[in-house]
Amino acid sequence: MPLVNGGKIVDDSFVKLAVDTPLPEGGDILVPAERFLGEADALLKRSGKVGVIWPNNRDIAELVPYLGKIAAVALVFPTFRDGRAYSQARLLRERYNYRGELRATGQVLRDQFVFMLRAGFDSFEVKKQADAEAFMQTAKRYSVFYQPTGDGRITALHRRMQLRHSEGVGT
Amino acid sequence: MYAYDEIDRTLVNERVSEFRDQVKRRLSGELTEDEFKILRLQNGVYLQLHAYMFRVAIPYGTLATNQLRALAHVARKYDRGYGHFTTRQNIQFNWIKLAELPDALADLAEVGIHAMQTSGNNMRNVTSDQWAGVAPGEIEDPRIWSELIRQHTTLHPEFSFLPRKFKIAITASDHDRAAIKIHDIGLRLIKNEKNETGFEVLVGGGLGRTPFIAKTIKHFVHGRDILSYIEAILRVYNQYGRRDNIYKARIKILVHELGIEKFSREVEDEWQQIRNSSLQIDGEVIEDIRSRFSYPAYEKLPHMPDQLRQAAADPDFEAWRKNSVAPHKVQGYSIVTISLKPTGGPPGDATAEQMDALADLADKYSFGEIRVGHEQNLALPHVAKRDLPALWKALDKLGLATPNVNLITDIIACPGLDYCSLANARSIPIAQELTRRFANHELANLIGRLHINISGCINACGHHHVGHIGILGVEKNGEEVYQITIGGRADENAALGTLIGPGVKFDEVADVVEDIVEAYLALRERPEELFMDTVKRLGVEPFKERVYATR
Repeated sequence: MPLVNGGKIVDDSFVKLAVDTPLPEGGDILVPAERFLGEADALLKRSGKVGVIWPNNRDIAELVPYLGKIAAVALVFPTFRDGRAYSQARLLRERYNYRGELRATGQVLRDQFVFMLRAGFDSFEVKKQADAEAFMQTAKRYSVFYQPTGDGRITALHRRMQLRHSEGVGT
Repeated sequence: MYAYDEIDRTLVNERVSEFRDQVKRRLSGELTEDEFKILRLQNGVYLQLHAYMFRVAIPYGTLATNQLRALAHVARKYDRGYGHFTTRQNIQFNWIKLAELPDALADLAEVGIHAMQTSGNNMRNVTSDQWAGVAPGEIEDPRIWSELIRQHTTLHPEFSFLPRKFKIAITASDHDRAAIKIHDIGLRLIKNEKNETGFEVLVGGGLGRTPFIAKTIKHFVHGRDILSYIEAILRVYNQYGRRDNIYKARIKILVHELGIEKFSREVEDEWQQIRNSSLQIDGEVIEDIRSRFSYPAYEKLPHMPDQLRQAAADPDFEAWRKNSVAPHKVQGYSIVTISLKPTGGPPGDATAEQMDALADLADKYSFGEIRVGHEQNLALPHVAKRDLPALWKALDKLGLATPNVNLITDIIACPGLDYCSLANARSIPIAQELTRRFANHELANLIGRLHINISGCINACGHHHVGHIGILGVEKNGEEVYQITIGGRADENAALGTLIGPGVKFDEVADVVEDIVEAYLALRERPEELFMDTVKRLGVEPFKERVYATR
C-alpha cells in the first residue's frame, strides 16, 4: 500500500506492530493504542521513532500527555463512510496543537484527500496505487473553502472581507 | 435573491469537474459500483427502480427565473420532460442517464445550481420558510442566515461522513412553514431583550421508523455564535452517534438515548471550547451576505386596486384568490402559492413547459423570483394585487391554478413504489385517487384546512407521521397494506399522529379517508373548527368507530 507524505509517494519508515509482536531492537514503530498506553515508558526509551495507531472510537484526549513525545499518530477509517477520525484529526491539530505526522489509514481513496488535508492529515496510506499517484492533482482540485479549519486555508468569507476592504467599501 | 459571486461559482465548477472525473472512473471500470455508490451519493444521484434519480438543491427554496429555466432545460434535455419537487426544497429528475449527468450538472452550474448536500450522510440542503422575506410579521429574512449556514455546511471537511444524513431548517415567523420540529436541527430566529438576533435551537427531530419531535437544546444562541454552536452539535454527533445500525444512526436516537440534558451538556462543553474561534461571525460578514440578496423595488400601490375589485365578480377567480393568495408585508402586494396538486396528478410534479412558462410569469409579475415550499408547491413571492387577475388567467391556462392550497387534495406524497427502490407500497396512485374523490372545490372548501401525507414505506419521505391524516404503505404477505394515523402536524405545534386501527387494503384507502372526513363533518362543533381541532377535542376514538364499524 503506497504511502503519500508531503505530497509524494515515499517509503514508509514505520513498522506496524500488533498487540503481541515482539519489540524490534531499533527502527520506527507504529503501535496500537492499547499497547502504547500500557508500555509507553519502555517504548519511548527505544532509539527509533514511535507512532500510535489510535482507533476512531476512543477519546483522543487520552493521548494528549504523550503528544510531545511521539512522532506519528495514525487514525483509522475502517470504511469510507465512517468519518469519526476527521473529528479526531481536527482536535489533535486545533485543540491539542499536535505538530507531528498525522496519518490516515484504512479505506483511504482519492475522493477523501481534500477533506483529510483540511482536517489536518499530512500522511496517507492510500489503498490504490492510481489514487496515490493522483494525489497532487487531486489535492489541488478545490480552491474555495467555506469552513475555517486548522490548515490555515483562507475561507470564502474572509476572502470576501478582504475584497470588500480592498475595494474600499464603507469609505 | 442571492447572487453567487466568483467564489461561489468557482466552487460549484470545481465540484462538477470532480464529479465528472468520478463518473469517468466508473464508466471506465476503474471504480466498482460499490465504490462509486458512495461517491454518487455525495452528489444527489440515487439508483432507483428503473433508472438513476438525480436530486438538485434549491437552497432555502429560492429560485431565480434563469435557474427555473435551467431546471426545465435539464428536464427536457436529459430527462422525460418533467421534474418532481420534494418536501425538502429539492427537485428530482427520475430518468437521468449516468453518462450525461456531468453535462446536466455543468448546465446547472452556469446558473449557480448544484446537487451538493442533497444526499449522503452529510449536512443536507438547508431549508427555510418559502415565504421568507415577504411574510408579514417576520422577525427578519431567515435566508441571510440560511445562506451563511449553506456555505458553512457545503463540503464540510469534518462532517461529510456522519453516522447518517443531517437536516437543518430555519424559520423566522411565529407560524412555522419550514417544519423545523421534524429536523435534526431546527432554528427559530428570535430577538433577545437587547434586540439582538439569535436563535432558539432545537435538536433531534425526525420521522422515519422512530419519529421524534425536536426538543429545545438552547433557548437563545446569539447570531454571532450560531456556526460554532452548530459545529459543537455536529462534533458530538459525529463522534458518538451510532454507526452499528442505520435505523439508529440519526441524531434523534443519540439525543433520546443520552437524554436532552446530558446531550446538551456535551454540546455545551464542546461549544465553550470553540465559540471564540474563527467560527465567530461578525456583523460585517452578515452584512456582506445580506448585500448579495437583492430585494424588489416595490411600488406604492393601493390596498384594493380596481382590477381586483372588477375581477371579484368572477367566482372562479375569487375561489382561487381566497385559496391561493396570502398577505404580503408590503401593501398592494401578495404572495401567490401555485398548487402542483392538480386533480389526478402526481403531487409535486411540474413539466418543463410549466417551468418555463412560470419563469416568464415570474419575470412579468414577481420580480423574477420563485419559491419552493416543503408542501411540494411553488410560490410567486411578490405579486402586485392589480396583476392577480391577469396572473390567474395565465396560470389557469397552464393547469397551475387549482384552488386547493392547504385543502384535502393538497397532498404530500413520496414517489413510492412507482419509482423508489426502498418503497413497499404505492403512494402516488393513492394521492391521485384522493384528488379525484375530493375534486369538488365546494366540498374541499367546506372541509377546510386538512393535510394528507402519504409515505410508501417506513422511511417516511411523505411525512405521514405529521399529516393531519397520515397514510403509511407497508407490505404484508405480499400485499400493500396502508396504516392510517390522524392528528399529526408539522407546524409550531408539531405532533405525531395516532394510529386509528388495523391497516387497510389499497382499494379501501380513499373510502377510509372519506369516512374520516364524514365523521369530522358530523362531529365538528361549528364550521370554523378545523379537522385538527376536532381530533384534539375528541381524540381518535370516534373516528376509529366510524371507520371500523362497517369493516
